[in-house]
Formats: sequence, structure tokens, C-alpha cells
Amino acid sequence: MSTATAPSAAPTGRKPATMAQALGRALRDAMAADPAVHVFGEDVGTLGGVFRITDGLAKEFGADRVTDTPLAEAGILGTAVGMAMYGLRPVVEMQFDAFAYPALEQLISHVARMRNRTRGALPLPITIRVPYGGGIGGVEHHSDSSEAYYLHTPGLHVVTPATVADAYGLLRASIASDDPVVFLEPKRLYWSKAEWSADAPQQVPPLGRAAVRRTGRSATLITYGPSLPVCLEAAELAVEEGWDLEVVDLRSLVPFDDETVCASVRRTGRAVVVHESSGFGGAGAEIAARVTERCFHHLEAPVLRVAGFDIPYPPPMLERHHLPGADRVLDAVARLQWEGN
Amino acid sequence: MTVLEQPGTADHRNTPPPDWHPRTDPAPLLPEREPYRVLGTPAAAGLDPALLRRLHAELVRGRRYNRQATALTQQGRLAVYPSSTGQEACQVAAALALRPQDWLFPSYRDTLAVVARGVEPVEALTLLRGDWHSGYDPRTHRVAPLCTPLATQLPHAVGLAHAARLKGDDTVVLALVGDGGTSEGDFHEALNFAAVWQAPVVFLVQNNGFAISVPLEKQTAAPSLAHKAVGYGMPGRLVDGNDAPAVHEVLVEALERARNGGGPTLIEAVTYRIEAHTNADDATRYRDQAEVEQWRAHDPIALLERELRDRALIDDEGIREAEAAAEAMAATLRDRMNTDPVLDPMELFEHVYAEQTTQLREQAAQLRAELDAEAEFHAEEGEGR
Repeated sequence: MSTATAPSAAPTGRKPATMAQALGRALRDAMAADPAVHVFGEDVGTLGGVFRITDGLAKEFGADRVTDTPLAEAGILGTAVGMAMYGLRPVVEMQFDAFAYPALEQLISHVARMRNRTRGALPLPITIRVPYGGGIGGVEHHSDSSEAYYLHTPGLHVVTPATVADAYGLLRASIASDDPVVFLEPKRLYWSKAEWSADAPQQVPPLGRAAVRRTGRSATLITYGPSLPVCLEAAELAVEEGWDLEVVDLRSLVPFDDETVCASVRRTGRAVVVHESSGFGGAGAEIAARVTERCFHHLEAPVLRVAGFDIPYPPPMLERHHLPGADRVLDAVARLQWEGN
Repeated sequence: MTVLEQPGTADHRNTPPPDWHPRTDPAPLLPEREPYRVLGTPAAAGLDPALLRRLHAELVRGRRYNRQATALTQQGRLAVYPSSTGQEACQVAAALALRPQDWLFPSYRDTLAVVARGVEPVEALTLLRGDWHSGYDPRTHRVAPLCTPLATQLPHAVGLAHAARLKGDDTVVLALVGDGGTSEGDFHEALNFAAVWQAPVVFLVQNNGFAISVPLEKQTAAPSLAHKAVGYGMPGRLVDGNDAPAVHEVLVEALERARNGGGPTLIEAVTYRIEAHTNADDATRYRDQAEVEQWRAHDPIALLERELRDRALIDDEGIREAEAAAEAMAATLRDRMNTDPVLDPMELFEHVYAEQTTQLREQAAQLRAELDAEAEFHAEEGEGR
């Protein structure tokens, strides 16, 4: 895909930036590049969003393009459908993972199907930003990992960044997509930092391409979003154990990059899927099945899953027991039938 | 010492409450006390004869369309048909009140409005025939695809109207919904957004008395559905849904108000679903035939015809002409529906995404192989005979 160059002045050298800043910059640049892009949702205007991702946009682009809506998620997404039907490119914000559920009917019955139902006459280029996941000490309904609900719905793309640069690139790619994208923003990585400058030319990655974040020969950790740092940490700790782990960051769950994932697993012969959402019926189940179907003869051990427990997301005082950490990942790696190797 | 008398707090006896009062006077938003009627009133004398003849011809055509579509379900040519028999005045007036640049958002019971807007009947019935897509191209006639989940089309209508206004276009939107749909959350959210955004959209509720089997009194305790408008800060109108010129007049007024920046309107048209919910429903289980007969006597076509005859705007010949035109439409619809549609299963994979995913390509290849094997099997079977 294309390389989007930020419209502002010459590159100013890289300094630490947060994922939140990169997301905000992506929105700003997308709005500057295309007058059809409209941002709306709860508190996104004057306040700049509860996570401040849309900070400054209302001031720069005005209330007609950056709009505080009534507090109603189905209404937000439902009106986005109509706006997209008329040629706009809405980017809506669902304030928190669990507050996006009222919009599920619009998402499943209309957003995901309108292109198909009209044989391509009415594509819906809508980006639905959803802050998701735990680890921030949120009270009930503020820490859900809802990706499985979305990826089970044909017609949607499901994208989630794990790095600062990807936060920018994947959000630009999502907004540019002519299909609806559920863009899941890992809340606990909002304040993660990297050497990154929005003023340098940005690579906008195509949707549906995974990235190998660490190369290794012993086993593959397949992960996405908030669990990437956990896997990278586990991979560093694993060195002491004599394991050289490869880490694949999926970046998008739909479309799914079978090619990159399977190439890695065929190389290493072992795989663990890591995510923080509940394991039963989760993304990891699909991934483990796909990998097993495609790489069976290369596998030295069953594909294992490390996931959150099958319990409602626990309260902040207990969430550390629920969230998979590096130790739990290493426990799984240890179970990959190393005997005789 | 009471809590309010603690030292350091303001003197509550002398501090006036913060200034607060309702933002608008609800009185002008209230609907009529009785459904607005034109036919049979002195106002009828002022009606445009050309409009009356046009409405009549469309109503006759619409009634015939309903009869033909129901017949097609009995012949197995339509999977299901939710009839709008008895509601033709609402359906026809909705289409005729719109200008070419406007958009119509229908529900599944509104195919007649879609047809009256200019869509080919066979195209309007594509989904109900059991096909996988909506048939007509929504952009050609500015008619959204038929919406089956209740009231979910209403926020779409608001969003499109809002987008048109942002672009400075002279486009307004008419969204159709039934009495049952007004209980859905999307009805509430759509009306609230429309009013807050002052979107150029009009909501027409066809209150036909029943949501499948459930009568209105179990659906709402509101004085009338039109009264719900007041809570959103938009005007409500109550109209006799079987009085075609009255529905047309109220719609045109509301649409023009929206076009001129006056914001949304909620209109309740009181009508009656003469037939069962669909061909698969049995209405005798939940309502008396006597009630149906009462509404049959308040038939939208008969009401209009009486007006036309009283004013000598139509004679037997004119009525025969309208009926002949309706017969021609029905014959074409019958012929086109009696041809088996050509469905290509491979198309099911084509429009899920702008660009097919590798997973869908693999699945399409699987189905292709199955189809080829099936074709080969049938070919061999044919040779063997």
C-alpha cells in the first residue's frame, strides 16, 4: 500500500511518543487528507475523548466534523451507516469495550452486511474505534476483550495495533479501507512509548499482514494487541532457559495472515497462542485450529493457548491473576514436548 | 443544629436556585387531538384534481400489487409477503411526497412504497423472493434496501439526512416504521439524534394496529404514538392513514419544513393491517373479524373514489382505465416472477469485502469444486440413461 507523508514540515528527528499520541495524529492526518472523514462519538469534541485520543481535533476541524453525540452507541453507529451511505467516511469512537455492546445489532445486521446485501453498491467505509482490554485498574465493564464477538462476523475487518508506529499506520489504513473496520485499541498500551515521529514519512501497512517482532528458532508465540509486550518479555526470559522464541504480532485478526503465521510455525515446529481475553471460543481457538490444520506435519507438539480464564473480567484488585503474564507464557512453552530434543 | 445550618455553608434561605426552566414550550409540538382528515371535509374542495387522480391510480395499482404478491406466495414464487393491503394510502403518499433528490428508508412491509417510488416490482421483491441481495441498486431511486430488523433503518435515515445537510444538499429523508417498531431502542435513538442534529428527516409511523399479534395497547401507554415526538423536541402529527390526500399533505408539509432547515417531524398515520402479518400468519387467533370489517368500510380506495365521483373527477371509464393499468402491472410481475431466477452461488463470496480475503478465496474454491463435481455427476447420469 501507499506511503502516507504527513503534510507538515520536514522530519524533526525521533523522540519518545505514546500510542495515544500516534492515534491522535493518525486521526488528524486522515482528516486533513480527506474532507469526507468525520469523527464522532461520546465526549470526542470539547473534551478530546476520555483517553484524549481526539484532543485538539474539534478545534482544528470544527464541530461539523468532530462531533459530540448523544450518549447512545447504537445511534452513533446507526447514523454512521447513513453518513457512509451518503459518501462520508465516519470514524466513530465507542468509549469503552463493554459500552460498545449496544451497537452490536447495527454492527452485525447492517455494518457488516450492507456491501454484500447491495452487491457492492453501498460499501460502508466506517472505522469503529474501541478502547479494549484490561490492566488499567478499571472498574467493571471497563476492561473487556471483545475481539471474539467481532471476528465471528463476516464482513468486518478486526484490527489491533501493538506498537506506537502501528497505531498510526494501522489506523490510517483502517480509515482508508472501503470496508468497515473494528479498530481495537489496547488501553494499557495507550501510554506505551517508542522513538517515533509523526513528522517523518510513515509506512501505512496493508491490513491483514502480520509482523514478526522477534525472530527465533525454538517456538512461535502468536499474539496481538496488549499481549505483545508480554510475549516479548517472555521471549527475553526464555533465553535463560535455552529457548529462542519467535514472536508474531497478528496486527489484524480479520483478514487473518495464515501465510506469515504458518511460515513461522513450520520453521519452529511449536506454537503458543497468547491473548488476554477468555480462552473458550476465543481468537486463540481459531488460530490454534488453523495452525494445526495447516502445519500438522511440522508440529512437534500440540498448539497451546495461554488466555484469560473463562470468568467475567475480574475487579482491578484481582485482575493480575487473570491476565496472562510472561510466567504463564513460559509455563506453556515448557509444555511443548521438548523431551528428546 | 441541622446539617443545613452547619457553619461555612451558604445561607440556603436567601440563595435563589440556579436558573433552570424547560428549554422549549411543548404546546406547539403536540399533535392533533383527532387524526387529521381531508376527505369528507370542506377542505376536500380545495384539493388539486390532478393529484387526486394520480393518488387514485396509484392506490388501485397498489391494491392489485398486494393481491398479486400474496398470490405469488401461494404459488411458491415468493418466500414470504408482508401485505400492506389497507395501508396503500400511506405507502403511495410516502412515495409521491418525495422529490427525486430525496431518500426513502423502507421496512419490509413497505415494498409498495418502493414500487410507487419507481422501482420495478420484481426488483422490490427480490429479498422476499428468497434471494441473497436487495435487488434494486439503492442509489438509482434513492431507496435504501428493505430493512428487516425493526427500526434499525431509522438511525441510517438520520445519518444520511445529516450528511446531506452537512454537504449543503437539498435532500431530505423519509423513514418508514410501524407501530411495533416504536418500542425498539433504535426508534428512540434515531429520533433523539434527529432532533439534536436538526436533521432533515421525517418519520412516518404506520400504526396498523398490530405488531404481528400484539395490539397497540400492549405496545405503549403513550397518549398516541405521535405524542412521543414531544419528548424529543420535535413536532408530532396525527393523520388518518387511510385518507390519501391528508397523508400526502401532512408529509409534504413536514418534508418541506425539513428542507428549509426546520428539523424533523414524527407523523403517526392511523391505519389498519387488513391481512395477516404475512402469508405464514393466522390473524383469526388474535383479532375479531368484526374489527376487520369496520376497517374495510374505511377503505382508502373507496374513500378517495367517493371524492372523485362526487366532484365528477372520474367516471366508470376512468376507473376501468386505472384498473387496466394495474392489471398490466400485475401481469408483468406474474410473468417475471414465474421465470426461475438465475442464482450463481459463487456470487456469495464476491461482495463480502471490497477485496476478497485469502480465507474466502479458499472457501470459494471449495464450493467451486463441489459445484463442478455435482455438474459432472449429473452429466454422467445423463449419459448413462
